[in-house]
Amino acid sequence: MSDANDRPRDDDHPEISARNARYGLWLFAVYVVLYAGFMGLSAFEPQLMSKTPFGGVNLAIIYGFGLIVAALVLALIYMVLCRAR
Amino acid sequence: MVYSFSWSAFCVFAFFVAVVLGLSFGLGQRAKSAKGYYAAHGEIHWFVNGIAFAGDYLSAASFLGICGMIAFFGYDGFLYSIGYLAGWIVALFVIAEPIKRLGKFTFADALDSRFNSRGIKLAVAISTLVVSIFYLIPQMVGAGALVKPLLGIRSEYGIMIVGFTVIIIVVTAGMVSTTWVQFIKGSLLVIFCFVLTVMILQRGLKVVPLKTTKLELGTIHEFEENIGGVTIVHRLKAAPIDGLDTQSLTVTPDGKVLVNWKPQSKENDLKPFGTVTALPGGKMETGPLGPFEFISTLQNSTIVTVGKHISKEPDGGVTTFFYPEEKKGSDLLMPGASPTFAGVRSNSFFKKLDFLSLMLALFCGTASLPHILIRYYTVKDQASARKSTLIGIASIGFFYVLTLYLGLGAMTSGALDPTDTNMSAPLLAKSFNNFLFAVISAIAFTTVLGTVSGLIMAGSGAVAHDLMENFLKVRMDDRLKVFYGKLAALVLGILAMGLGMAFRKMNVTFLVGWAFNIAASANLPALVMLLFWKRTTKQGITAAVAVGMLSSLAWILASPQVYRDVYGLDMTRSIIPFSQPALVTIPLGFLVLVVVSLLTYRKSERPAFEVVQRA
Repeated sequence: MSDANDRPRDDDHPEISARNARYGLWLFAVYVVLYAGFMGLSAFEPQLMSKTPFGGVNLAIIYGFGLIVAALVLALIYMVLCRAR
Repeated sequence: MVYSFSWSAFCVFAFFVAVVLGLSFGLGQRAKSAKGYYAAHGEIHWFVNGIAFAGDYLSAASFLGICGMIAFFGYDGFLYSIGYLAGWIVALFVIAEPIKRLGKFTFADALDSRFNSRGIKLAVAISTLVVSIFYLIPQMVGAGALVKPLLGIRSEYGIMIVGFTVIIIVVTAGMVSTTWVQFIKGSLLVIFCFVLTVMILQRGLKVVPLKTTKLELGTIHEFEENIGGVTIVHRLKAAPIDGLDTQSLTVTPDGKVLVNWKPQSKENDLKPFGTVTALPGGKMETGPLGPFEFISTLQNSTIVTVGKHISKEPDGGVTTFFYPEEKKGSDLLMPGASPTFAGVRSNSFFKKLDFLSLMLALFCGTASLPHILIRYYTVKDQASARKSTLIGIASIGFFYVLTLYLGLGAMTSGALDPTDTNMSAPLLAKSFNNFLFAVISAIAFTTVLGTVSGLIMAGSGAVAHDLMENFLKVRMDDRLKVFYGKLAALVLGILAMGLGMAFRKMNVTFLVGWAFNIAASANLPALVMLLFWKRTTKQGITAAVAVGMLSSLAWILASPQVYRDVYGLDMTRSIIPFSQPALVTIPLGFLVLVVVSLLTYRKSERPAFEVVQRA
């Protein structure tokens, strides 16, 4: 695999590992906020979840899809950040 | 419902199984070393591993269970999807790379890499076994429930077929073939579900009109039946709707099954349900719909779902009544429409806690599942671990979006079996054509094969590597390690079959939820603190794992649901306030770890954190 050869392997460089770990934790914190928001709204403000902001689809569905997409987006951001030297 | 043996289903099914076994034998030649057996030589390509993650993770609970839950109850099944997927974020950002750095073959290796402590090895090996077994039981039950209607054979045979096939796979080739089985399964699942979703959107929605005036919902409806000279009056709130009258299924004390008071047969059987009775704008059908249109149309429609009422007969039999319930789409597409999560809509804080606790368990549970974690050992390095997790997230996320459409499609396809939520996805396929039904069913079966293989791998690792080699200090050369691993796999396979048979009447998704609670409570505190807190001691880890596992297990075994479904006792006698322990037992695990570590920390010992850095 070409990309395995032309950048330092994290396994051998603890400072890169540590930096990646920090990125990971920040992105994780972002997701926790999003997820907690979803849990909180569903439990304590359900009427908000039935509103239909756009596409005629309610917030519960949109937020749910949003969390799935956000997971992917954050994972991609993480990959990009970890590649930078 | 009664299903009959279908040759096309059987042939497709047999074909899939044969391919999988063939691959297993073929790849088995390459797994002679311990590294090969347990970790696939560390050479699995990250893309393959990523899809294998999906194949491993998307078990019967995901595919059949979530689809079924959405089909019957609406949005709440999707909550599981959201929680399950979110768990991967924990895996990726917090666990993936450190775990890769720390361990050799198993989860216990990782937790013990700094301490070399027998206490840790024992505690973690046992917790791995417990979690794997709890996860195995619903898979086997799911296999039995699946095969029975598919092939028209009894669930016990289905369980045995799964058991033997998996044993053959795992004993012949270990992680290499398990990985490839899961890769195949993962790809097939996503591809076929995508095809089905497109077909659902193309088909659109049709109204099945009501021909007779229905009774007011909430009217008491009485049946009088004469059974053996005794007149029994059943009182039920029901609204008989044309063609969809209230139906009943009776199981007599001597095991006979009656439908509407006559013996069940192909001619006298429960009618399927799940239709739309009103579309927005008074339309009769919609034609093809776009993905968002499909959902928004449903939101403004009225749908008939099924309600259930169980009553005990005086002679000891049990009768279940199934009655049609008209619901608004907007109500179904919100959290809280199902019995499990109904508490979310109440004003009681405690009832909401159950929902929150489950979401927490799902969030924390994924990263704590031993059979997922060991998959990190099959790739070469941390960068690969990261990339494969990304691929996994992408495919799993996409799949969960698809299952929402599958569930909603099933809900409106008029083909649901009121007695079995798990059959919703295959029956949806059947409503299109029989070939698709056969294919989806075979895929569902290989779904179970893949997950059960992974679980048995994790379990066999726990037994052979953690317990025997490391804890009991049984000396093994490489060949012996593999031998014991395979022996353990064989025993576990047989145990799984036995437990599956014993538990075959229990609800599958509920059991999986248990496994997540236990995994998260036992493993997550230890893992997180080991990685991020300098003062973690080996006693702290051992205590955290033991307490987390035992407390969540005890909580579950004393919960109202278990009182009712397993012991047959009165639910209200249980002192447990809500059914999911995570909200209590996960923090408990952290607390125990911190307290015990502070008590046992000696300045002279190397702090765990520093050593991790130097690794």
